[in-house]
Amino acid sequence: MLDAKDLFITFNPDTPIETKALRGMSLEIPLGQFVTVIGSNGAGKSTFLNAIAGGLAVDTGTITIDGLDVTNEPVWTRAQRVARVFQDPMAGTCEDLTIEENMALAQQRGTRRGLRSAVKKSEREMFREKLSTLGLGLENRLTDRIGLLSGGQRQAVSLLMASLQPSRILLLDEHTAALDPRTADFVLKLTQRIVAENKLTTMMVTHSMRQALDVGERTVMLHQGQVVLDVAGEERSRLDVPDLLKMFAKVRGEELADDALLLG
Amino acid sequence: MSLFSFLGAVEIGLIFALVALGVYISFRLLRFPDLTVDGSFPLGGAVCAIMIHNGYSPYLATVAATLAGAVAGYITGWLNVRLRIMDLLASILMMIALFSVNLRIMGGPNIPLINDPTVFTLLQPEGLQDFWWRPLLLLVLVIVAKFAVDWFFSTERGLAIRATGSNSRMARAQGINTGAMVLLGMAISNALVGLSGALFAQTQGGADISMGIGTIVIGLAAVIVGEAILPSRRLVYASLAAIIGAIVYRFFIAAALNSDFIGLKAQDLNLVTALLVTLALVVPNFKRMLQHKRLPDAPKSM
Repeated sequence: MLDAKDLFITFNPDTPIETKALRGMSLEIPLGQFVTVIGSNGAGKSTFLNAIAGGLAVDTGTITIDGLDVTNEPVWTRAQRVARVFQDPMAGTCEDLTIEENMALAQQRGTRRGLRSAVKKSEREMFREKLSTLGLGLENRLTDRIGLLSGGQRQAVSLLMASLQPSRILLLDEHTAALDPRTADFVLKLTQRIVAENKLTTMMVTHSMRQALDVGERTVMLHQGQVVLDVAGEERSRLDVPDLLKMFAKVRGEELADDALLLG
Repeated sequence: MSLFSFLGAVEIGLIFALVALGVYISFRLLRFPDLTVDGSFPLGGAVCAIMIHNGYSPYLATVAATLAGAVAGYITGWLNVRLRIMDLLASILMMIALFSVNLRIMGGPNIPLINDPTVFTLLQPEGLQDFWWRPLLLLVLVIVAKFAVDWFFSTERGLAIRATGSNSRMARAQGINTGAMVLLGMAISNALVGLSGALFAQTQGGADISMGIGTIVIGLAAVIVGEAILPSRRLVYASLAAIIGAIVYRFFIAAALNSDFIGLKAQDLNLVTALLVTLALVVPNFKRMLQHKRLPDAPKSM
C-alpha cells in the first residue's frame, strides 16, 4: 500500500518562473486497489507520480510504501517495491537489447545482480509463455532487438515486465497516451488483465476521463497540486464523463471566482 | 610486405585489439565518450616498465598495470557520476592529469626495457623466434580477453551495465544503480587499455610518455572499421569485429607507410588514420543510401 502525506514540490523556487507543482498533496491507496488519477495539464499528475517513483525529491512531506518510509530513497532502491510503465513506449525498454534481455532485466528487479547468466534457460521458457498470452507472436522473437517492435508492442512488453517481479505498487504514467486508439484499447485491456491476475496495487495517471471512470475502482482528480475529488464505489459508478466535466469546471470556476475577488 | 613486417603489423594490431575492446565497452556499451584511454595506455606501460625495471616479476607488473588502468577509468567515471562533470570533459581532465602522473611514475620521459625479462621472454619456448612467438602469445591473450568480455557482459551484472548505457532511466526503474554501473564499466574498459599499454611496453622495448598520443583514435578507428566489416549488434560478433578492426587497421597503416609510390611517411600516420575513420564512417551510410535510393539524412554522429 501507498501513503503519500502532505507532499510539497516547488520548481525554480524564488525565481520569476517559480511553479508550485504539489501543494500539500496527500493520497492513501490501500492494498490491492486500482486508482485512476486525472487532472488538467499542470495539475501535478506527473510530478506526483515521479515523486512516488523517486525521480523527483519532495521539498516536504513523506512517502510510505508498505509501511516503509521511502521519502529519501533513490529510484533504484525504490524499484524493489515500485514497478513502472512510462508514457513513452521507447522509455520503458532498452532498444539495443533483445526482448529476452529486456525481460531478464525486469525479472531481476529488486534482486542482487551477480555473475550468473542474465538470461537463464528456465526463465526463457517462462518469458515465452508470458509473451504468448499477448497474442502478438512475440514468443517467437525472443532474440530480436526490442527496438524493432512497434510502440504498442513495446508498451505491452513493458506491462508484462512490470508484472514479472512482485511490487507493492504499479505506476502507470499515461501509458496509452502515445498509442493509436485500437492499440491503446488493447494495452488498456491488457493492463486490466495483468492487474487483476496479480492483484496489483495500481495507480494509473490518464488524461482520458472515459478511461479514468471505466478502469479501476477509484478515481482521484488533481488540481493545482492537490486532490480535489476522490470518488469510489457506488458514487463513482453513477458518474459519467459529463458529470466529471461539470465537477472539473466547478473546481476551475471557483478558481476564477477567487481571482475575481482578488481583482475586485 | 615482408613476413617480418607482416608479423609486426599483426603484433601491434593484436595489442591494440585490447584497446579496441576497451573502447567498444566505453563508447558502445556504456555510451561514454572516454578519452582517458590516451592516458591509461601509457599509464599501463609506465607502471609495467618501472616495475620490471626495479626487478619485480613481469607477471606482477602486467597485473599492476591492468589495475592501474582500472583505477584511472574508475576516477573518470567518478568525476562524471559523483561530481557531475560532463562525461567527455571528465575524461579529458583525467587524460591530462595522467600525463603528469605518468611522468612521475617513470621519473622521466621514458624507461627502456632492452635486456629485462618480460612476460614474452619468460614464456618463450625454445627454438621459436620472437617475431613468431610474440604475436602468438598476444593472440592467445586477446582471445581470452574477448571471451571474458563476452561472458561478463552476458551475466546479470554485465547486462545491467549495458542497460545503463542503452537507457539509464529505464535501468534505474528496474532497480539498477546506474552510477555504480558506469564506474564498473569504465574501470573494466580502462583495465583492458592498461593491460594493452603494459604489453606494448614489453614488446616495443620500453615505455615512453608519448606512447599514448592518439590511442583513442586508434581504438575508435578499430571499432568503426570492425563494425564496417562485420556489422552486428550481437555482443559475440561486435567484440570480434573490434579485434578484426584493430588488425585490419594496422595493415592499412603498414601498407600505406610501406608503399613507396604513395610517398607517405611515418609523420602522415595521423592523417591516414583520420581519413580511414572518415571512410569507415561514410561507407555504410553510402551503402544504405544506394539501397534505399533516398536522400542522405542529416549528418548523424557516430
